Amino acid sequence: MISISFELNGETVEREVEPRKLLVHFIRDDLGLTGTHVGCDTGNCGACTILLDGEAVKSCMLLAAQADGTGVETVESLAADGELSPLQQAFTDAHALQCGYCTPGMLMSATYLLRNNPEPTEGEIRKAIQGNICRCTGYVNIVEAIQEAAR
Amino acid sequence: MTETTMEPLVVEREETKPGFAGTNIPRKEDKRLLQGQGVFFDDVRRHEAGFVEFVRSPYAHAKILSVDVSKALELDGVYGTLTGDEVAIQTDPFFQISPDPGAKIRDYALAVGKTRFMGEAVVAVAARTRDLARDAAELVEVEYEPLPALVDTERALDPDAPVLHDEMGGNTVYSGVFDWGDYEAALAEADHVVRIERLHFDRFSSTPLETSGAVVEYNRGTGQWTLYTNNQFPGFAIIMMAPAMRVGMDRLRFVTQDIGGGFGNKICTHPQLVALCLLARKLNRPVHWHEWRTDQHAANSHGNERVFLEVEVPVKADGTLLGFKARALDDAGAFARYEPLGCIIWSQVTPGLYRWRHIRIDFTQVCTNKSPVGPNRGYSRLQHLWFTERVIDIVAQELGIDPVEIRKRNYIKAEEMPYETPNGCVYDSGDYARSLDQALELIGYDRIEERRRDAEARGKLLGVGIGSTLDSGTNNFGQSTLLNPELQFGGNNEVATVKLDLFGEVVVTLGTTPQGQGHETTAAMVVADILGVTPDDVNVRPGHDSYWNTHAGFSGTYASQFAVTGLGAVKGATEKLAWEIKRVAAGVFGADPDDVELAEGQARLRENPEAAIPFMGIGAIVNANNAILPMETRDATLNVRHVYVPPFQLPDKERKFGNLTLTYAMQIHVCVIEVDKETGAYELVDWAVVDDCGKRIHPQIVEGQVHGAWAQGLGAATTETFAYDEDGNLLTANFYDYHVPHALDMPPLKTGHIESPSPFTPLGTKGMGEGGGGAIHAVCAAIQDALRPVGKPVVTDSHNPYHRVWQLMTRPEESRKLVGVESRTTNGR
Repeated sequence: MISISFELNGETVEREVEPRKLLVHFIRDDLGLTGTHVGCDTGNCGACTILLDGEAVKSCMLLAAQADGTGVETVESLAADGELSPLQQAFTDAHALQCGYCTPGMLMSATYLLRNNPEPTEGEIRKAIQGNICRCTGYVNIVEAIQEAAR
Repeated sequence: MTETTMEPLVVEREETKPGFAGTNIPRKEDKRLLQGQGVFFDDVRRHEAGFVEFVRSPYAHAKILSVDVSKALELDGVYGTLTGDEVAIQTDPFFQISPDPGAKIRDYALAVGKTRFMGEAVVAVAARTRDLARDAAELVEVEYEPLPALVDTERALDPDAPVLHDEMGGNTVYSGVFDWGDYEAALAEADHVVRIERLHFDRFSSTPLETSGAVVEYNRGTGQWTLYTNNQFPGFAIIMMAPAMRVGMDRLRFVTQDIGGGFGNKICTHPQLVALCLLARKLNRPVHWHEWRTDQHAANSHGNERVFLEVEVPVKADGTLLGFKARALDDAGAFARYEPLGCIIWSQVTPGLYRWRHIRIDFTQVCTNKSPVGPNRGYSRLQHLWFTERVIDIVAQELGIDPVEIRKRNYIKAEEMPYETPNGCVYDSGDYARSLDQALELIGYDRIEERRRDAEARGKLLGVGIGSTLDSGTNNFGQSTLLNPELQFGGNNEVATVKLDLFGEVVVTLGTTPQGQGHETTAAMVVADILGVTPDDVNVRPGHDSYWNTHAGFSGTYASQFAVTGLGAVKGATEKLAWEIKRVAAGVFGADPDDVELAEGQARLRENPEAAIPFMGIGAIVNANNAILPMETRDATLNVRHVYVPPFQLPDKERKFGNLTLTYAMQIHVCVIEVDKETGAYELVDWAVVDDCGKRIHPQIVEGQVHGAWAQGLGAATTETFAYDEDGNLLTANFYDYHVPHALDMPPLKTGHIESPSPFTPLGTKGMGEGGGGAIHAVCAAIQDALRPVGKPVVTDSHNPYHRVWQLMTRPEESRKLVGVESRTTNGR
């Protein structure tokens, strides 16, 4: 077992973890934050996207041990006191989610984009979410929602 | 309107006041899903649960010589295993829908004696953690004796082909001839006969982002299982599982809240669920299984692969299509788990959108050593609709008729609706020609020749393709008897319960299992409009629980039907509740119930709105203070259940004739493609879709479904395929090799709609989620159009990645060999 300590959504987490445990399984199974989803086993789908020290990363491609000393943000951090963030609000306004399974990862990729590029073009938006697969929406309304949130 | 053989029941609808229906309100589901507060099956945790890993066959076809789990059991933290031998003792094979020879298939939860596809589950292992379960699975020793694999659909009927199921005496699951009208007369009448040797519809699936899985608990004291699972058709799963497990249906409780996409692929999970039930009972602990993506691709439902052979199309000189004849060969994969229903479901849309009257299809379904197929968005109709659209465009090209012209000449006309097809299905409403015009306008069709020249100058071949398609919805399950006359299925049903609680809260429970279609929202809109409240006042319980008593035999979310069956049940239940509320208020006021109206959350006298009781008061009176009511209203419970039953009759088994679905939504796609002349690489540069699904309750949700069907069709047409090598190894078992569209792959989209309300449904709605594969048809047509200048190759496959387009353009004679036209000169012409 390895001891790790990191900031998760602003709170300090200190745990012992198995060296081989994936960060996504640590977040979901050990910490009980089930908003971060698993959609594949090869790093393609992006449902598990989180922010690690401000960078959008796929948490199935990291070991929990690698989070040691970092700051992690998950989808649960977006709505302050239950108030949807402007991005989340834009998603519901534009009907940018159907089943909602890709949504947390999509929101985290879009959060990363908008923090670093507050006025993205449509092409930049599509590039920013190209690592996130959605099987329901054809991305039409997701792109629209991110554009709307940027306005 | 045309004469119909069976009298369809037209639903009388009252003039409705403007309400929430038809508007875009915020979805009720969104708030929890956006905050990561949805509850998907894998979010359910049970203390001391065993995580399950399936040991899967590395061979497409092999005898199982021995299974040894001892090393796995020695590993610390492993709770136990389940083998095929145990399954064969504790359960019976699953009921087969097919008549002989398919009826002889012996299908169990785990492989028994033999494995028949790569990825088939052979042993289940449960352990303390996900990782330990995987370690333990690797320690299970299975000795196989590989057998020759049957991969090629068209080889399945060869006398020397490997046989999957010895009991069947061959690989045929089902075969039957479907013969309507007078095909020989049509052939004699034709001026041209167009022949196509072979068309192939490829194997793919919708690959929902959430894979399958379940958390299963067994209650020893009651002998009852609870399955927290994302199965999307519990009604079907339960009738498959309970008899196999030798228990009553009510022993199996299915619970679900949020499901991460289904598209039909989550209907046939019953084998895995049985294995989990047996393990939970054996180990006396909850078990938790989350399918790997690789396993979802290798061993869950694929869409049906289908080959159309010896196609013959009689056509009049003016382009009027008289009929068609073909031999269809459908590939079910290793087991018939929902099949052979696909062998009849295509016939819901026998003539596509066209006035073909004389049709003969010789349909055979075979087994091969590939993953079993199951329903997949557009199930069995999209294969057939693709065939009809391919035929139209091939006939048009070979006879030199414009693709728009040939469609308009042969489309069923708006004034012919309701229209009875040659096999007795009744198309309820629609205006195909007008929709096509709208789609062409959206794409800027009048400028296409100009764009062609512009593309040419850039070294590109520009093509335009039309895909006109139907989405038949609300099945008459009686159609299964056209395959197997012994079956006792007919009609359809769905349930909703609506109640008014003590404190005035309106609570709705649905029998459906939504996977993103927004049922909570649309149900609330229908309820709100009837009760005179707002959707915010209506609490629609998320998800499904078969113990809610809101569950009928056909409950579930599949086959484009919620807007008809689900909302039909909601409307029926709410109207019953409204009547009870009026009776209670009338009892208090000493008035007649017809004098009471419901508005602003109150029951009040129409003539004297001051005399009003808020719903909270009504709820309180009935639930807690009924002594004040007159005796004759004390039967009111304010908790009503309604089963919506569509007006079907049993079809005629002899003629394979009858109304197989209630509604026919339509989509017309037009796309523009640019193909690189040097490489065959292409780009879809423009797209328009026009949709008609009758009355739209929530237009934004409808549009969302159109977008999704578009993206899935586009993927299937271009990059998504389940490719097997000759030994039966799946080559595309993950999202690297099986490329689904990403945001950068999608062209710009323009959408339009018309509304042709269905005369046969309670709300004028039609089911519409599946979309009929219109995008696949359009891409195939566009490629064929683009390649006309380079030898007029014919697109004969539904799946056309760059390399296939390159083959078509560099060796056009290969596909041209597959088509021929016989033109006859008749006397006097």
